[in-house]
Amino acid sequence: MFEGITESLTGALSFFTKGRLTERNIEEGLRAVKQALLEADVNYAVAQQFVDRVAQQAIGAQVLKSINPSQQFIGILHQELVQLMGPVDHSLHLTPGRVTVLMLCGLQGSGKTTTCGKLAKRLLEEGQKPMLVAADLQRPAAIEQLKIIGQQLGVPVYSEAPGPGVNAVRVCESGVREGERNGDVSVVILDTAGRLHVDDELMRELEQIDRRLSPHQILLVCDAMTGQDAVNSAKAFNDALELDGVILTKLDGDARGGAALSVKAVTGVPIKFIGVGEQLDRLELFHPDRMASRVLGMGDVVSLFEKAQQQFDREEMEAQQKKLAEGKFSLTDFRDQMTQVRKMGTMRDLLKMIPGMGKISEMLGSDFDPEEGLSQINGIIDSMTPAEREDPEIIDISRRRRIAEGSGVDPSDVNQLLKQFTQMAGVMKNIAGLGMRDRLRAVSQLAESGMLNPGASLQLSKQRSKRGPEDKREFQDKRKKQRKEAKKQRKKNKR
Amino acid sequence: MGLFDKLKRGLQKTKDLLFTDVRDLLKAGEILTDAKLEEFYGRLILTDMGVVAATAIREELRAKHLGRTIVLDELWSTIKAKLKDLLKGGDGAQWAAGDPLAPLNFASRGVTVVLVAGVNGAGKTTSIAKLANLLKKQGKSVLLAAGDTFRAAAVEQLTLWSQRLGCEIVTRPSGSDPASVAHVGGMRAVEAGVDVLIVDTAGRLQTQQNLMKQLSKIRRVLEAVIPGAPHEVLLVLDATTGQNGVSQAKLFSEAVACTGMILAKLDGTAKGGVVVAIRQQMALPVKYVGLGEQIDDLELFDPDSFVEALFEK
Repeated sequence: MFEGITESLTGALSFFTKGRLTERNIEEGLRAVKQALLEADVNYAVAQQFVDRVAQQAIGAQVLKSINPSQQFIGILHQELVQLMGPVDHSLHLTPGRVTVLMLCGLQGSGKTTTCGKLAKRLLEEGQKPMLVAADLQRPAAIEQLKIIGQQLGVPVYSEAPGPGVNAVRVCESGVREGERNGDVSVVILDTAGRLHVDDELMRELEQIDRRLSPHQILLVCDAMTGQDAVNSAKAFNDALELDGVILTKLDGDARGGAALSVKAVTGVPIKFIGVGEQLDRLELFHPDRMASRVLGMGDVVSLFEKAQQQFDREEMEAQQKKLAEGKFSLTDFRDQMTQVRKMGTMRDLLKMIPGMGKISEMLGSDFDPEEGLSQINGIIDSMTPAEREDPEIIDISRRRRIAEGSGVDPSDVNQLLKQFTQMAGVMKNIAGLGMRDRLRAVSQLAESGMLNPGASLQLSKQRSKRGPEDKREFQDKRKKQRKEAKKQRKKNKR
Repeated sequence: MGLFDKLKRGLQKTKDLLFTDVRDLLKAGEILTDAKLEEFYGRLILTDMGVVAATAIREELRAKHLGRTIVLDELWSTIKAKLKDLLKGGDGAQWAAGDPLAPLNFASRGVTVVLVAGVNGAGKTTSIAKLANLLKKQGKSVLLAAGDTFRAAAVEQLTLWSQRLGCEIVTRPSGSDPASVAHVGGMRAVEAGVDVLIVDTAGRLQTQQNLMKQLSKIRRVLEAVIPGAPHEVLLVLDATTGQNGVSQAKLFSEAVACTGMILAKLDGTAKGGVVVAIRQQMALPVKYVGLGEQIDDLELFDPDSFVEALFEK
């Protein structure tokens, strides 16, 4: 996601992690920071202001005297980034007992129609009853597109066939009226046509809709790949409509996303959501602190954690956990587990969110496709009989050859998978006892150990030393618990 | 929010600065100072041309004019020469302004195949319609292949355009393999003996590897149906795109060997300066620019007027 900006900033900041800070190298470092921000499409003026502000905070006795100046400098950068992108307000301010009207607007191709669908899906999940209004009468087949999205979600779509006398203002009005009359609708989402902020006529149309209907929330949909011009369009839309929020789209690419900083800085309007994929469930809450952490190369474990909570089917997890604890773990479970993990996003996405792993996914290069490895594993497991899946021990040479043929791989690949599985069954058993977060960490370790790439030579489990990898974890956990206990005790004593 | 107010005030100042003509910034008769150069550098950055190109221009100015009295014409010729240099690349590719089809590489005989690709929302479908219109006006027969089988109603969108333009279109139901659309399109084009086949594709972010592989497959399929095809692979780039455009150009070229770009949506305030960065880092020329929503709003890219426009307003 913000990988690009992260990378260049990390480069810029390596300056500060080396040696002592002097006023001079702070300035040099700040220049590097500014350049990194500019390369990330942060608006020139915003970048300049940002750097000046950090300089004000950083250059001075405060930093130079501190014990770990580079840390403190990064702290200041982080804090300023959070301030620049925050504060957030994720709420759409829905009022119970009344139909809330949301209006989406933006430039052509920013992703309004898709975002309408994503918002509707999100609202559905929150127990709301959304309705979509197709007010994009400009782009051919835009109405069709919204209808199809509505169908996919099972959400009503209000539209009027284009013709004389049919205009966006009227469609919106009738749409809202229809929503109010329906009785089974709590939120109406208006999908307006994309327009250039310099197109006076079309901007007036938006103002008209705003005046007639006064939507409760007006959201600007902004492409994260936008360059320096992001400030101009965001400002124009804000001047015309007084925006309530911004939704940043297409953040799943390698856009550095400087637009996030620029738009927030210029309009002061909070970024509410981010779009991170083409599927309708790929809409996430915007978190400036996490984004800032990401920008500074600190990873984003919290996001990953939340994602996992949403996606993991709790019941299934519990069932598996029970099985694991009993030491019964079959290849079928293994496959189910992987499907669960895959629901959370592509492996590469996941890798990027784990601190330090972003680099690893870089190192793997663009040829490496973890998904491919996973589907190969799936193929192999699919080619087994149920009995073989339950008890892989029974797989002998001839069975192995059959499985390999069935899934179009080498017999050695099958062997490798089986070896991996045996290894993993052991790890999984340990995982079963852990909480969600620890489990995720363990999964990421699995990833590292080569689960993602069945072709990679695997390290066979070595003779365990006294405190082998697994015991070490237990030991660490024990230590952690002890520390917690001690802390609690101290608190108690204080009282 | 003290910070925002400060930022806003700061921006207002910068905005005022940037919306005055560069000519006010670099006044004749004054001495060109470092501070002035830096301000001008900000101006360059705002065109999205990227840090590298902007730095190159600034350094050129610094080397030639720093500390001297500003003579506008001299400064301008330095800036423009450098920019055009960056834009045209080594080969200085230029085409005759009179022929709107000059940049296109036509098959020596038989069907010419144009493959169009780009990220989501760049303006592919609209650009295809405009290009088809341009071709038809020049007396070429055109067949469209609706290869965006992913996005809801994308096929309908292109179908509507084909009806308006009065050209044939090949479609497959939404969700089918885009390579099969390309295949059928190629077969049909040969059968019908049209001059040009334009193949639409679904928008995809350049980092989505499976989708990029799908794109390469479309290219291979076209090649198999019509030897030598595709003759043109055009990348549609949104003019508001920032430095990510470089990554788009690189990764799309890796997947389908792009031969040129269409710079869409240049009718806003965005300058599309990223094409300078792209041109500088790889030999991918801009062939057309999209200047509006009307079907006729597609024009030949002209580096000279583009450079002039970069500093307008």
